[in-house]
Amino acid sequence: MKIGILCSLIRKEEKLLFDEFRRRGHDFTRLDDRELILDLHHRQWDFDVILERCINHSRALHTLKYLNDCGVKTVNTYEVANTCGDKLLTTLALIRDGIPTPRVYVAYTPEAALQAIEQLGYPVVLKPAVGSWGRLLSKVNDRDAAEALLEHKETLGSYHHSTYYIQEYVEKRGRDIRSFVVGDETICAIYRSAPHWITNTARGGVATNCPVTPDLNELSLRAAKAVGGGVVAIDIFETPDGLTVNEVNYTMEFRNSIDTTGVNIPAKVVDYVLQVARR
Amino acid sequence: MALCTECEAEIPLDPSTEVGEIIQCPDCGTDLEVLSLHPPELAPAPEEEEDWGE
Repeated sequence: MKIGILCSLIRKEEKLLFDEFRRRGHDFTRLDDRELILDLHHRQWDFDVILERCINHSRALHTLKYLNDCGVKTVNTYEVANTCGDKLLTTLALIRDGIPTPRVYVAYTPEAALQAIEQLGYPVVLKPAVGSWGRLLSKVNDRDAAEALLEHKETLGSYHHSTYYIQEYVEKRGRDIRSFVVGDETICAIYRSAPHWITNTARGGVATNCPVTPDLNELSLRAAKAVGGGVVAIDIFETPDGLTVNEVNYTMEFRNSIDTTGVNIPAKVVDYVLQVARR
Repeated sequence: MALCTECEAEIPLDPSTEVGEIIQCPDCGTDLEVLSLHPPELAPAPEEEEDWGE
C-alpha cells in the first residue's frame, strides 16, 4: 500500500500519526508542500491514499483539488477542505442540511456591514471567513466598536477581509464542545473551558472530557455529513434551545484530547485512512 | 547536538524529533525548525501565516 502524507511543519499531531503508521508497519512518503512542484498536466500519481495535514489552508485546498482531479483518494477531500476552510461555506452547508447554527449575516462593504451588525443586534462576532486558532475574532459590543473595527479591517485587511462574516454572539457560559468525527463515528468529545469568550485550546482553553450523548452524536454526524464527511472536528455551543454548530475543522488538532478522552485519536484516523485506501 | 541559529546554544535533539518539527531553544526561547537530523541542522521557524490553522 502506498501512503502519502501531505504536510510541511510537523506538529504534535503529525508526529502521533507518523508513529501510528510506523507502529503498524506502514511506510509512508512525506510530501512537503514547500517543496512541491505540481505539473498540472501530469495526471499519474502512484498513491493509494494521501492524508492531508498541511498547516496552510491555501496549499491544502489547491493540492487536494489537483490530487482528487487526478483520481487520488485523499483524507480529507477537496470538497471537505473547501467547505470547512471557509466559514461562510460551512454555515451555508449547515443551513442547507437543517443543522442548528448561529445566525450569520454577510456583507461586502463597511457601510453594509455596519447595517448588518445593527440589524443582528449587539453583541456580534466578526470573523475572517478564512482563519483558524481563534485569530482575528472580534466581539463587537456597541456601535463605537463596530465603526472602529470596520475602519481598521478596511485599512489593514487583505482582500478577503472585505467579506464581512458577522455571527450572532452566543453566550457560552465559559465553555464549548469540540467533537471528533472519523468516518461514521463520533469517536470522542471535549469541553473547552476558558474565562475568555474565545475558548480555543490554541488560545488557552482547557480541555476536559465531554460524554458523547445521543444528541451530541447525532448532531456531530449530521454536521460532518453536511461538509462532506471524513475526519473532522466540530465546534458546538450549548444554548438554552439545545446544541448548535459553530464551525467544522478539516485538519483537526487533537493533542489535548487523547489523554483527556482516553481515545486513541491518531489510531482512529489511521484506521480510516487505511479503510479509504482499500476502497 | 544542534546549534541555535540565534544564540548558538547547543540543543540536544530528542530521538523522536522529526524533520519539519518546531522546537524551542532552551536558552534564548527562539522557535526553530528542524531542517535535518543527520547532521542536525536548525533554522528560525517560519512566521505564522494568515491561513495557518486546522
